[in-house]
Amino acid sequence: MAKTASIEVKNQDLIGALRDFFKTVLAQDEISAIQVPWRLPMKNMVMPTLITDPERLNGADPLSPVFPINSAKIVSRLTRKESGGKVAAVMRSCEIRAFIELVKLKQGQTENLVIIGIDCLGAFRNRDYFSWVGEDIEESTKKYAADVLGGKSAAADGSISLSTACQACESPIPVGADITIGLYGIDTDHKVLIQSETVKGENLMARLQLTDEEEPPSRKKAIDKLVEERTAVRDNMFTETHAATDSLEKLTIYLANCVNCYNCRVACPVCYCRECVFVTDVFDHDPSQYLRWADRKGALKMPTDTIFYHITRLAHMSTACVGCGQCSNACPNDIPVMELFRSVSQNTQAAFDYTPGQSIEEKPPMSVFKEEEFEEVVGID
Amino acid sequence: MSEFEPTIVAFFCNWCTYTAADLAGTSRLSYPPNIKIIRVMCSGMIDPKYVIKALLEGADGVLVSGCNPGDCHYINGNYKARRRIKLLKEILPQFGFEPERLRLTWIAASDGLLFAEVMRDMTEQLKPLGPSEAKLKMVI
Repeated sequence: MAKTASIEVKNQDLIGALRDFFKTVLAQDEISAIQVPWRLPMKNMVMPTLITDPERLNGADPLSPVFPINSAKIVSRLTRKESGGKVAAVMRSCEIRAFIELVKLKQGQTENLVIIGIDCLGAFRNRDYFSWVGEDIEESTKKYAADVLGGKSAAADGSISLSTACQACESPIPVGADITIGLYGIDTDHKVLIQSETVKGENLMARLQLTDEEEPPSRKKAIDKLVEERTAVRDNMFTETHAATDSLEKLTIYLANCVNCYNCRVACPVCYCRECVFVTDVFDHDPSQYLRWADRKGALKMPTDTIFYHITRLAHMSTACVGCGQCSNACPNDIPVMELFRSVSQNTQAAFDYTPGQSIEEKPPMSVFKEEEFEEVVGID
Repeated sequence: MSEFEPTIVAFFCNWCTYTAADLAGTSRLSYPPNIKIIRVMCSGMIDPKYVIKALLEGADGVLVSGCNPGDCHYINGNYKARRRIKLLKEILPQFGFEPERLRLTWIAASDGLLFAEVMRDMTEQLKPLGPSEAKLKMVI
């Protein structure tokens, strides 16, 4: 089913070629709007933006190393009901996977959506991005993309590294998109690979009248190498994080900076509860309750229930964690929460043989059961 | 020094295990007083939060017990409970909670004898572990 084609890159202007491609997508009658990472006119910041005016696509910047929000939540808002039109959304791999998780939870739909996945070049942490980007954002993005695709480290001068989530990301290539834009292992000075992954994508590609192309063997090689490096970083991260949290005392030290702001769950694309129990009346404890708790050990850290919150969150989202790292991006006190959540998720996902975001058909583990399974957790032998 | 007596918070379903506890009582079977019973309508309504909270508040063990597979009063609540316990058993041991501290059993309403035996076994298994870390250390 997969069809492969290419678009031409003129004057080595990769980002310009991508903008032109987005314009041709938006020009299709069926597409009402396209959501892309877009430079805000008032600041050197790139945000997911819903665009209907093709001229505005000149500000599209899908390669900039900034990832302020996981757009899965935005696309979920756009598709939770009929919008009266069809939207195309340009998304990173982790955004697509998170969105697929939300679709399974009936918090989004794919009917009136075309997902355009793009090879992810990774991103800095928000605050690192601000110090890096400088005045000329076009030049910054171009240099960054050229460095990464040329096999150099993220910021070639070595001053800033990718966010830890991106360093440990073993899935930089989109899965589950209708159309993917391939960059790794492609001669992006001259062309970009466009592949359809679904019938919907294939139909759209047919209308775009692109030049057919074979996927060059260099692509698979480049991806394999990248995935291998990232997997090694990831596994090392798992080992270190497990060692740093393997007792309640250590976990308490790990999370000691937490001020219960709950930013990590606000930023989390797969923290799916419409209202988090930790901000409901359930946790409006009676003042006398705090005094009783304090009296038990002679001291009660306020606000309370920090560890309780994090472990409960893990029980909710760990099977769906896509490792996007927005939790760490959102933490005001630099707690390496992504490392913790991913390390736990690795085990819970393996326990249910579940890969979040892989397929819309695969049901979330806590929504199904079999009559004969997990006999080993029953009994007290 | 007297022997360590663990505190076990037990969530029992109304229809099977709680009824078995009742039967054990009316049959004058003795079982350890370490078990603190919370009756719930179904093992399938036990939110993982309940288990996590109990352990963080210093329970030395948590026991969830419901109807045997196929016998659930609400058709399949116990199967859902089993998945949730499986999930917790993947998460909690990573933070140092020994697997013995969280147990899931099925005890039928007519099984007063089994009930007393399970309560004794769980209590005996927890004694050598000593008090839980949450009881001794400050938990934020």
